[in-house]
Amino acid sequence: MKIMAVCGAGLGSSFMMEMNIKKVLKTLNISADVDHSDLGSVTPDAADVFVMGRDIAYSANLPENKLIIVNSIIDIKELETKISDYFNKKQ
Amino acid sequence: MLSSFATLLRTTVCINEIQRIQMNGLNMPALSTWLNEDRIQYVNAVSDWQDAIKRVAEPLLKDGTISADYVTNIIKQKEAIGPYFVIAPRIAMPHARPEEGANRLGLSILKLREGVVFGAQENDPVDFLVMFSAPDSNSHVELISQLAEFLSDDEVMNTVFNAQDRAELSRIVHSFN
Repeated sequence: MKIMAVCGAGLGSSFMMEMNIKKVLKTLNISADVDHSDLGSVTPDAADVFVMGRDIAYSANLPENKLIIVNSIIDIKELETKISDYFNKKQ
Repeated sequence: MLSSFATLLRTTVCINEIQRIQMNGLNMPALSTWLNEDRIQYVNAVSDWQDAIKRVAEPLLKDGTISADYVTNIIKQKEAIGPYFVIAPRIAMPHARPEEGANRLGLSILKLREGVVFGAQENDPVDFLVMFSAPDSNSHVELISQLAEFLSDDEVMNTVFNAQDRAELSRIVHSFN
C-alpha cells in the first residue's frame, strides 16, 4: 500500500501532509508507505491512493476512486477520519 | 535516467531526514530560529490576496532570501491551478519550488486583522499567512516539521487568530517550542 500526499509545488503542503499522514497511520495501526509529490509530476500509477487539498483536486488528472480529498491538510482529525474511512471501505 | 536517479536520491534523503527528525524530535530547533522580528508582521488590512502575498514576501525579498520571481511564480501558479497554498480554514502557506526563485531557506509570517478572500471556498477568508522558501528539497525538513506542529496545534492557533498586535504575535511564536 502506498499513499501519496500531493500539492501544487510538491515540497511544502504535501510534505506537511506526509508527516501528518504518518502520524495518523501510527494511531490507526496501519502500515503503508507515504511519500509526497507535486501535482504536475504525479501519475495514477505512482501510488494506490492520493491525498490532496480540495483546491487542487479539480486539476488533478487522477481517478476519483484513488483520491482522498481534505479540506485542511493540517487537521489531524479530518485526516484520521478520511483515511480510516478509506481503509474501512477497502476491506 | 540521471534525473530519475536524482529524484530517487532526493526522496531517499528526505525519508532518512524525516526518520532522523522523528527520532530526535526533542532536539529540533525552535520555530523562532527562522523568524527574526522583521519577519513577523501584523497588518490591519490588505487590498487583495496578491497584496497579502507581496506583504508576507517583503522581508524575504529585502535580504535576498527569495527573488522577485518567487512571488510572481506563486501568483501565476495560483491563477493556473487555484489556491493550492490555502492549507486550512484561515491559513495560507504561499510557496513555490526551489528553482522558482528560492535562494535560501526562509520563513515569514503575516497576521491580518481583516481576512482576505483567496477563492478557497470554506477556507476563506484567510487572515494568517506563512511564506517559506527552500533552496532544495531537503534543507527545509526541520522548518516544515516545526511549522506543521505549530499550525496543527489548535490551542496555539487560537491565540494566533486572536492576537491583537505584532508584539503579541511575536510572543506566541517565541513561546512555542
